[in-house]
Amino acid sequence: MLRLFRKNWQTGIVTTSYPDRPDAAPPGFRGLPEWHRENCTSCGECSRQCPTGAIKLEQTGPLWSVDAKKCIFCGYCEEACAKGALALGNRYELAERAGGGETGRIFGRSVHIRHLDAGSCNGCDWEMVNLTGPVYDIQRLGFDFVASPRHADVLMVTGPVTRNLEIAAKKTFAATPAPKLVVAVGTCACSGGICGKSYASAGGVDNILPVDVYIPGCPPRPQALIDGLLKAVQRR
Amino acid sequence: MAKEDTTRMGESFVAQAKKLLGEDKVLGSAPYPGEIHLETGKDELPLLAVKMCRDWGFCLIQLLAADERETRGGFMLYYTFAHDLEKFSVTVGCPVGADQPLFPSITPDVPAAHWYEREIRDLFGLEPQGHPDTRRLALHKDWPKRVYPLRRDFPLGTEVPRTGGQFSFKQVQGEGVMQIPVGPIHAGIIEPGHFRFSAVGENIINLEARLFYTHRGMEKLGEGRTPEQGLLLAERICGACSFSHAAAYCQAVEKLGGVKIPVRAEFIRTVALELERLYNHVGDVGNICAGIGFAFGTMHGARLKEDLLQLNEKVFGSRFLRGINTPGGVRRDLSTASQALLSKTLTSLSGDFRELTEILLSTESYLDRVQGTGVLKQQVAADLHAVGPAARAAGIDRDARRDYPHEAYDRVSFKVPVYHRGDVLARVRVRIDEVFESVEIIRQAIALMPEGKIKAAVGPLTPSGYAMGITESPRGENVHFVMGGPDGKVFRHMVRSASYCNWPVLPTTVPGSIVPDFPLINKSFELCYSCLDR
Repeated sequence: MLRLFRKNWQTGIVTTSYPDRPDAAPPGFRGLPEWHRENCTSCGECSRQCPTGAIKLEQTGPLWSVDAKKCIFCGYCEEACAKGALALGNRYELAERAGGGETGRIFGRSVHIRHLDAGSCNGCDWEMVNLTGPVYDIQRLGFDFVASPRHADVLMVTGPVTRNLEIAAKKTFAATPAPKLVVAVGTCACSGGICGKSYASAGGVDNILPVDVYIPGCPPRPQALIDGLLKAVQRR
Repeated sequence: MAKEDTTRMGESFVAQAKKLLGEDKVLGSAPYPGEIHLETGKDELPLLAVKMCRDWGFCLIQLLAADERETRGGFMLYYTFAHDLEKFSVTVGCPVGADQPLFPSITPDVPAAHWYEREIRDLFGLEPQGHPDTRRLALHKDWPKRVYPLRRDFPLGTEVPRTGGQFSFKQVQGEGVMQIPVGPIHAGIIEPGHFRFSAVGENIINLEARLFYTHRGMEKLGEGRTPEQGLLLAERICGACSFSHAAAYCQAVEKLGGVKIPVRAEFIRTVALELERLYNHVGDVGNICAGIGFAFGTMHGARLKEDLLQLNEKVFGSRFLRGINTPGGVRRDLSTASQALLSKTLTSLSGDFRELTEILLSTESYLDRVQGTGVLKQQVAADLHAVGPAARAAGIDRDARRDYPHEAYDRVSFKVPVYHRGDVLARVRVRIDEVFESVEIIRQAIALMPEGKIKAAVGPLTPSGYAMGITESPRGENVHFVMGGPDGKVFRHMVRSASYCNWPVLPTTVPGSIVPDFPLINKSFELCYSCLDR
C-alpha cells in the first residue's frame, strides 16, 4: 500500500491544462491541409489524388477548399502538388456545430455522454478512452461517460454506421431521453470517410441520425474531442 | 532467407506433395523468398492439408476465396500453411468451378479452418461440404439468401434489403440455466459485439460471441484500387493495429510490384512496429486492471500509454502511426532529433513501467483475480491456431518476428517470452516482458540504421500473381494476402488479423469462470472487433 502512495506522490499531477491554455500540435503533425494560393496553378492534381473527395477546386468563388468532415489527413494532396501549394497544417480544432439549437446550454457543466460505436476502426474509440485517463480527465470539465443511453445527454457516435449496427444505433438513440445531442466523432462518422456508402456502410451518421456536432479527425486528438464537446454544450 | 534455400526447400516440398498426391496433380513454384505456391484439385486438397498439419509440422494460417470467374473461369480457394520451424509458408491454390460451388470442408480434421470456411460460404456462396456448423458467420440474420457481397458481380454500392431471419445460439438445457445477452452496444467505451452467456447463477457454462457488427466491406472497397489507395484502407482496418496492417499489406504489394525496399525503411518500419506494440502492451497491462476495479493500475497504465501516443505524434506526426507506410518504403524519415527523443522517452518509460509492474505483481488483491483465471489450454491454442501474447502465454512458442523474418527483425536480437499457465496472469507477464524487449529492439534498430533512401518505386502489380505479407502485431501474427489484377491494381486483398484467430479461442477460456470475470478475461486477450469484422 505504501508503494502505491509513493508512486502516486512521485508521479505528481499529469493532467493537461487544455482547454484553458492552447495545446499546439507538434511540428510534423498531420492536420488539415492548407492552401498557399500564390503557388497554386489550379492543375487539380490534389483533388484527383484525394481518396475521399474532400478537396474541391472551383473556377470561381473560393477556388480551393477542403471539407474537414471528409479529410482523412493522408497527405496525398500534399505529395501530389508539384508546386508546393499545399501542406498539411497543424490545425486540429475542427469541430463544427450543425444543429441542436440551445439544447447544449441546458447541460452546462453536467454532461453525461454515451459512446455508440457504429462501426469504427476503434481509433476514435481509443481516443475517447484516453479522455477518461489522468492526462485529459474530462470529469474536471463536467463531462462523464455513462453505461446506458438512458442516463445520457450526449451520444458520441464513431464509425460510418455499418449495416449490422444501424438498428442498434437507432435503438440507442431512441433510448436516450430528450433533450439530447448527437456528436459524430471522426471522419467516418462525419461523412463515411474512407468507407463511404456501400452495401455495408451508411456513409456517415447523419444518414441515420440527426447530428448536432461534427468532430473531424482520423482519429481526432483528445484535445479535438474536448474542443468538440465544449462546442456542443456551447461553452466554446 | 537466401533465394537458393527457398528454391531448394520449395523443390523438396513440391516433390513431397507430388509423391503424396500423384505427379500430375500438383503444380508448384517458389516465386518469393519464403513463399511456396502450389496448385492442386479440390478433391486432393483435404489429403494434403491433413498430412501437412498432422505429420509435416504445418499449421493453417489463412484460407480465403477469390472470384476469378472473369480471369480463370471459376472461383479459387487459397490455403496458406506455415512451417514455424523452417520459416516458410506454402499457399495451395485450389479451383472451384462456378457450376458446382462446393468444396470439401477440412474443419473436422483441421479445426483452424472453421471460421474461414463459414466466411467463404457467406461472402462467396461456396459451400464447405461437411462443415459441422451451418450457421452464418460474417453476414447477419437479416441479409437475404443467395446474395454474396464479395463476388465480383456484386457492385459495392448495392442497396441490400433487410429480410427477417433468425440466428440460433447454442442452447444449454438444465435446471436454473439462464441466458444472459450482452451487447452489441456495451456499457464501456469499447467496440460492438454480442455475447450470449449460458449461466447458472454467476457460473458460466457456455459463451458464444456473435460478431461482425463492424463489417465495413474493407476487402470489397480494396478491389480495383492502386497500391497507394489500398494502403489507406489497410491503415484503417483497425486503429490500434494500424501500422502492422499497413506494413503487412505493403510487404505483399512490394513482392507483387517487384521491389526491395531500402534498408533504412526496413529499420524505420521496425521501430514503428515496436512503438505500436509498446503503446498497446503498456495500455493493456493498465487496462486489465480496469477488469478488476484496480484504478491505480488503470490510471498509471493510461498515463504511460499517453506518453507513448504523444511520442508517436512527435516522432511520426500521428498518435496511431498512420501516414508512415507506403508501398516501396516509408514516407517519413527518422531524424536525429527524433532518435534522441525516442531513446530518452523510452529510458524513462522503462523505469516507470518496471516500477508499476513490480507493484502490480506484488499486490495480493490483483494476483488473486488474475491467477488461474481464463485458462487457455495449450491444445486448444494449437488446434485453433491462437497467436500473439495469448498463444505465448499458453506455451505456444510462436512469434512472426522470429518465425517469418520481415523488415529488420533478422538484424536485431530479442527474446520471445513463453509462459505455460495460459491464464490472465500469464498473458500479462508476456506483455510485460515484451515491453522491455521492444525497447531494446528500438535501441538496436536506431543504432544499426544506415543512412540512405527511404522509398523505392513500386511497379504495377503482377497480373494474377499473389503474395503474402506477415507482421507480428501487438495482438499477434497478422497475414495479408494481395492479388494483382489484369490492370496492375489490387484484385483481391484478404486481411487475416491476429484477432481473427483469437476470437474463436476466447469463448473456450470462459466456462467455469463467473460472469464478473469475463470483462477481465476479455481485456487480457484485448481483441479488436474491427480487425475481425473488416
